[in-house]
Amino acid sequence: MLPLRFSSEPDLEVTLKLELRGITKRFGPVVANDGIDLVIRPGEIHALLGENGAGKSTLMNVLYGLYQPDDGLILIDDISVAFRGPRDAMVAGIGMVHQHFMLIPVFTVAENVELGHEQTRRLGFLDHRKARRLVAEVSARYGLDVPPDALVADLPVGVQQRVEIVKALIRNANVLILDEPTAVLTPRETDDLMQVMRALRDGGTSIVFITHKLREVRAVADRITVIRRGAVVGEALPSASSAELASMMVGRPVLLTVDKGVATPGEPVLQVESLRVVNQNGQVAVDDVSFSVRSGEIYAVAGVQGNGQTELTESLIGLNRPTAGRIRIDGDDVTGESVDGILSRGVGYVPEDRSHDGMVAGFTIAENLVLDIFDQAPFAKGMSLDLKSIGDNAEHRVQEFDIRTPSIHANASTLSGGNQQKLVLARELSRPLRILVVAQPTRGVDVGSQEFVHRRIIEERDSGAAVVLISSELDEVLALADRIAVMYRGRIIGEVPAGTSAEQIGLLMAGAGNEPAQGGPASGTAGEAP
Amino acid sequence: MSQDEPRRADQPAAGGVPPVTPAGAARPSLGTRMLDAVRYGNTAVLTLLALLVAIVVGALLIAVADPTTRAAAQYFFSAPMDTFSAAARAIGGGYASLFEGAIYNPATASKGTLAGVLGPISETLVNATPLILGGLSVGLAFRAGLFNIGGQGQIIMGAIFAGYVGFAWHLPVVLHLIVAVIAGIVGGALWGGIAGLLKARTGAHEVITTIMLNYIAFNLLAFLLGLRGFQRPPYGQAISNVVDSNAQLPPLLGNGLRVHAGLFVALLAALGVWWLLSRSTLGFQLRAVGANQFAARTAGMSVERSYTVVMLIAGALCGLAGASQILGTNSAITQDIDAGIGFDAITVALLGRATPGGTVLAGLLFGALRAGGVQMQSSTGIPIDLVQVIQSLIVLFIAAPALIRSIFHLRAATGGLGTQLAKGWNG
Repeated sequence: MLPLRFSSEPDLEVTLKLELRGITKRFGPVVANDGIDLVIRPGEIHALLGENGAGKSTLMNVLYGLYQPDDGLILIDDISVAFRGPRDAMVAGIGMVHQHFMLIPVFTVAENVELGHEQTRRLGFLDHRKARRLVAEVSARYGLDVPPDALVADLPVGVQQRVEIVKALIRNANVLILDEPTAVLTPRETDDLMQVMRALRDGGTSIVFITHKLREVRAVADRITVIRRGAVVGEALPSASSAELASMMVGRPVLLTVDKGVATPGEPVLQVESLRVVNQNGQVAVDDVSFSVRSGEIYAVAGVQGNGQTELTESLIGLNRPTAGRIRIDGDDVTGESVDGILSRGVGYVPEDRSHDGMVAGFTIAENLVLDIFDQAPFAKGMSLDLKSIGDNAEHRVQEFDIRTPSIHANASTLSGGNQQKLVLARELSRPLRILVVAQPTRGVDVGSQEFVHRRIIEERDSGAAVVLISSELDEVLALADRIAVMYRGRIIGEVPAGTSAEQIGLLMAGAGNEPAQGGPASGTAGEAP
Repeated sequence: MSQDEPRRADQPAAGGVPPVTPAGAARPSLGTRMLDAVRYGNTAVLTLLALLVAIVVGALLIAVADPTTRAAAQYFFSAPMDTFSAAARAIGGGYASLFEGAIYNPATASKGTLAGVLGPISETLVNATPLILGGLSVGLAFRAGLFNIGGQGQIIMGAIFAGYVGFAWHLPVVLHLIVAVIAGIVGGALWGGIAGLLKARTGAHEVITTIMLNYIAFNLLAFLLGLRGFQRPPYGQAISNVVDSNAQLPPLLGNGLRVHAGLFVALLAALGVWWLLSRSTLGFQLRAVGANQFAARTAGMSVERSYTVVMLIAGALCGLAGASQILGTNSAITQDIDAGIGFDAITVALLGRATPGGTVLAGLLFGALRAGGVQMQSSTGIPIDLVQVIQSLIVLFIAAPALIRSIFHLRAATGGLGTQLAKGWNG
């Protein structure tokens, strides 16, 4: 049984110094962490910056007791400790907020907090009152604003995250690990989280902030450790420029801005009229959405994840059947047409969850590169596959898109996130496109590949495709879009031209739609004039 | 074993973590690769080790079940060697007679007749034929993401259709056989297709529907076996009419040995399935749906159509097994025409890692175990159920590769196809 914090007094003297010395962790022949040294000083926000797959999460899982290091030491206040599991880590004062929350939606906040550490009164009755009191106290002390009696399912994502933080704090966490905490937050919620992080630090809690977002690191961190390919490549101060940090992460100079010429839009190619989509749970996910995208422009749909973008994209390529509304491609009504039919009209699709929807992990790279064209010439001859054409195509694409792999016959699952994305792009861009639908094109993609992905999207625009970009990364939207629509709770609550300030779009993303929703049921040409 | 997929040939371990070689690095030598295969638990190596462990556990069971050994164990501490020698004798005798029944029996071979020398092999092949066909059926369905538990029903339907054409119609030689075999294929395909269609149209889980279809086929057969025109006069026994000799699969090694042309049918089917899976556009689609139905759907494939088509083909393969049983091995249908083949086919497919080449080998192994088990029971009294136990142990160890790895101190790797097969229930 872990001791729960009984007093509401911040016990500053228990803050601890945490040190990792020479941590090495191998998975088979892959070295995920290679002799990593890291010191977390009491009361600092220490950012761990690195690309996806650099080994940040592995390192934190070692620290949290989920993995045993093959080599190296964990020292708390200069005493070596060994964690056999998360429970040991918790006892030692280390708490972790995972990227995916470990909460039970149908329990209240207080119930979630006491889960696994239930306090009982006489006769084994649960002491809910104490749990509620503790939640209220901790929440008040750090300004977390977590209601103890609310059902977790009813809370916004940002508040759920704070519930996780409360959980860790009540278990006496003096070092709090936040694993990519801003991935699911709106810009506003991100700001709130940073406030909370500062309040915690000022209260004496050390924070390890894992991220790959340079802006956030520079805004909140006290010290920055950069990790690349499993090894520490250096430390930096938050005063370092984004370009400096990025080149440390990637190991070479990186262009953070995208070179983009002026769009020369042509005729409307994709027209969406009063679209309404009901999701599997029977909820209206896309509500009366209308827009039109012209050839040669990038139309961005911004918004926090889960506001109907997924359903919208899926209905665009025929995976979802809309309950109302029309989708037209080049004037033809394609509503309810099969995916195959829509793709063959020259639609390319990069799904947001590429490993789930965009590729078959157990297939080779060569096979994945023809996943949607395997039955067309030259890859098929009658009922047979033409393995030679498929192989030639793969060699060609791997070269053109710089997919880093030892062999085109390696399984797609062996590729890193960035290379998987290049694989999907390579396939979709390998045929002439009228429309390119890309969802979250750089999610989980390393900074080095992001540049490449963005460039290819712009090239596709310049060669005349109508591009629909769905992204929850504001920076990406601002960098690429020619017109920007913001989606909130299934509706497009605003459509603004490129060059609109991040603040204004951020406000729209949080639902503060001071502009009237565009595109009434009758107008299929909403936002025709940017 | 994975001869159906040459594209995997230069991958170090299909089921393990492929050691990442940097681009442009020299290919590791054969020796290194073999060592890696063992160290990282190559699928074929794991299969062989599972086999070995199963045989060892089977040996322990023989020893424990043997009355002489148990009697000697009563005074183990005064004469321990008695126990060991009794156990060794029981185990040796058991496995020797298994070998004699399945591969080569010196006693009968010394008579010098063809039947005496090749008898055991013939029995193995006769038993292996329907197992290979059934295993191909289960393996193919699995590659497309479906768990075909309906082998029994599909075999029964194949046998009913083939058998009926065989004894009720009277056609010229060769033609009669071809028509009867096709009828068997149609019967099985019909039964499998129903499950596929239900899955595609209503989402009904194929495990449930195929099991229910097994019951229906079984009881349909019971009904038919009491029906005039189907039942053999004088209607005393639950057995069908005898298939015309025109419709029978010819014996391969003369009338003295049971092995028949069904074996060729099975091997041809394996070749066909290999082509389907690794060389055809249809197979590409089936595998894509099986490996990731979401990506397949997103790429414009029809998942529903795949389910229907693959169950039609899987049913056809089991129907072929039923036809081979009724037109080759037996000449009349009885209630136990399936003889557990439909269920053993699942284990054959699992052992063969759902690849056609592996399935042929696994079918031969299980055929040998079936043939040898009969001999073992008759000459040593060890119950034939032991063979079932060994088969089950093999599958158990394959389904739990972590267990084999820990026994042999192999390094951990990701679960191969075996794990998927064992976990594939919610597909």
